[in-house]
This record gives sequence, structure tokens and C-alpha cells, in this order.
Amino acid sequence: MIEFSNYDILRNLLFATQWTILLSLAAFIGGSSVALTLTALRLTRNKVVHSLIRGYVELFQGTPLLMQMFLCFFGLSMLGYEISAWGAAILSLTFFTSAFLVEIWRGCIDTLPKGQWEASRCLGMSFLQILRYIILPQAIRVAVAPTVGFSVQVIKGTALASVIGFVELTKVGTMLNNATFEPFKVFTLVAIIYFLLCYPLSLYSKVLEKKFNGSR
Amino acid sequence: MALVNLDQVHKYYGDLHVLKGIDLKINKGEVVSVIGRSGSGKSTLLRCMNGLEQYQEGGIVVDGKEVTTEDIQVRQLAMSVGMIFQNFNLFPHMTVGENIMLAPTIVLKKPKYEAERIARAMLEKVGLGEKFDSYPEKLSGGQQQRVAIARALAMNPKVLLCDEITSALDPELVGEVLKVLEQLAKEGMTLILVTHEMNFARDVGNRVVFMHQGKVWEEGDSNTLLSNPQTDELKQFIGAVL
Repeated sequence: MIEFSNYDILRNLLFATQWTILLSLAAFIGGSSVALTLTALRLTRNKVVHSLIRGYVELFQGTPLLMQMFLCFFGLSMLGYEISAWGAAILSLTFFTSAFLVEIWRGCIDTLPKGQWEASRCLGMSFLQILRYIILPQAIRVAVAPTVGFSVQVIKGTALASVIGFVELTKVGTMLNNATFEPFKVFTLVAIIYFLLCYPLSLYSKVLEKKFNGSR
Repeated sequence: MALVNLDQVHKYYGDLHVLKGIDLKINKGEVVSVIGRSGSGKSTLLRCMNGLEQYQEGGIVVDGKEVTTEDIQVRQLAMSVGMIFQNFNLFPHMTVGENIMLAPTIVLKKPKYEAERIARAMLEKVGLGEKFDSYPEKLSGGQQQRVAIARALAMNPKVLLCDEITSALDPELVGEVLKVLEQLAKEGMTLILVTHEMNFARDVGNRVVFMHQGKVWEEGDSNTLLSNPQTDELKQFIGAVL
């Protein structure tokens, strides 16, 4: 049996942290892109589009992320689509992230007074011009804080990718535990690393919230 | 043909019959005050005139253009009809100057220097020339409403719709806004106001339209109508507000 020094444990965990960060970023970018598209579609007054998005949001908010990952990973392979753990993790985290972001962003747009739309319409602006010049600049200011806050959930969500065999922080933690039989040490370190990733973000989110609330 | 023509306009909110066959003709240069209790349909009437609200029967023609809520029509109409709201509805993330310049730049496609020239001239007109670079939140309610007027004027409208534009203001700020309106009236601007300012309606307005239960209950020359109301409803209304 190989001996692991504390240094070895930490080195391996930090190396794996890169994958956690990478997966989080990929999920966040993928999720934001999908959510942005859905948010824009939602602003059109099309009832069918609304119900479809509603269904999408309910589906992915109403089922455990782990089940979504299983379905992406095992389900897709059973249907004959070969998908890597990495691909399945990104795909399911993108669904998950977008389902929450689209709700958060819709809320931000809804907080803007209806008068902003009406005044813009009365000045002859088109729907896209209203979005671009009036609604988005204001909604983004409101949205930044809750969006950054939600990114913490995404980072923690990536831990589930360990279950389908994607080697990130949690997975390496389990592997090290199996090799060292020192669960307390290993998982404490894992927890600390997650905390160091997440805490600055939630702190930043609070700062942003204060900043934007103060100026309005 | 009159500048604003309403022909038997009916509007429903679901089962609620809000406007019950409104006929109204407003000529260029007229200052018309629409008065009435809340719920009488006066704001709805105004909002139908520029396509913010849909009406179900009848027809509205403004400046020769049929009014509908179709996006393209509303945009066309915005060239002739300006609107000012109770809550100002300035764009809070833009300076006063940017608020006024935006629509002339992106809707009328005027070059920036031209839009800025117009914006400065309009601000001067409402007495706020020095506020070009201020943000709306730094201004008083009366100043914000004057900016909103300048913003509407920058589109060079043929008629201005004013929806209770002094109702959200502190009493001491009402005067400065009414003064701007009075000046506009003198210059020949067509104004249609939903208002509770009876003195303004009498002194500056040419005509008063009294709405009651979704109908034009009584209308006529402002002096005559307000000093000598014919219907009991108008008598009661005037008694209540004066």
C-alpha cells in the first residue's frame, strides 16, 4: 500500500479542484447562455412558448440534480448515445443552472415598473430597442447580486458529478479516503476547499447587493 | 378633419364595459381637459388614443392614422402623439440629457449632435437647461415631470396626452409643471389632459369633457361648463372637487 503524506493529500485535492472550477465555469457559462435565450423568449407574449419554458423550469427545479445526471449519463448511453462523464455532468448542470437563472432573471425584469415599457413604447421604440436600451441595463444591475449568489449552488452542485465517475474534488476526496482510511482529515480538507471557493462569492454577492440597493 | 377623432369607441376589460361609445373630435391647438371621478374611464380613454390600451369597437384616428395596439402602428403613432405619465417614467439609468436624446437618436435616426441640440433646447424650454447631465433621482418631482415633458417634446409631437401629470406631485410643485403646460398651450400645442386641476382646466383649457360611467356625460367650453353645469352628476362632481 502506498503511503500518503499530508502534502500528497493536499496536492491531489488541489489538483482536482481545478476540475471542479472548470466544471463550474462550464456549467455556469452553458447555463447562462440557455437562460438568456429562454429569458428573451419569455418576454415575447407567446403563450405556447411561455408554457414550454414553464415546463422546462418546473422539470429541472422539481427533480434532484443527481437524477438529472443519472439520466444524462446512463439514460443517454442506453439510448445509444455515448456520452462521457464530463459531457453528462456539463449537460445536466447546464439544465439545472439555466432552470434557476431563468427564474431569477425573470424576477429581476419583473421588478422594473411597467411604466418603463409604456414610456418607451410611447417614444416609438421597438421591442428590441426597449430591451436593449431600457430594460436590460436596469435588469442587469438588479440581477448581478442574486446571480453571483446562485453560482455558489452551481459549485456545490458539481460535487454530484463524482457519482457518475467524473474526477473532481469530491471524487478525489473519496479516492484518497479509500487509500488512507482517514476520512476526517480528507473530507475536512475537501470541505475547506469548497468553502474557500464559495465564501468569497457569497461575500461578493452581498457587497453587490448593498452597492446596487444603495444607488437606487 | 380634426386632429383626434373618436368614433363610437367601446372598451371592455373582460366583462367590465369601461368605455361605452365615446365620440370625440379634437382640433389642432385645442386644450381639452378630461375630468371625472376615478373609474369613469378617463385614463383608459387617453391610453386608447395612443395604442397603450386596446379598444374593441369603434375607431380612433389621430393625425390621419388609425390607432391600434399593433407594434408597428404604435411606433408610427409615436411620431405624432406624445404622452406624459403620472409617475414621470423617466429612465433612471440615464442622465436627463440621455433620456431626451434617446428616442430622437434611435427612433428618428437623428445624428447625435442634432439630438443633443434638440434636447438642450427642450430642456431650456421647460426651464431646466442646467440639468442636462443630472440623473433623474437627483431632481424633485416637479423637475422630473418637466424633463418628461421635454422628452416628449423632443419627438416633435402634434398632440400631447397628459395622464394626471400633477397628481403625484407635492402641492408646491404643481405650479411649475402647469406653467410649462400653459406655455405650450400658448404656442399652439394640442393638449389632452386627464386632470383634477379645475383652475387650470378653466383658465388655460378651451374645452372640458366630463366623463361618467364610461360615457361623455357633458362637454363644452370650459368656462361655461364649469360655471354652469347642466347635469346633476357634473354639479355634484364640481361641488366635490372645488
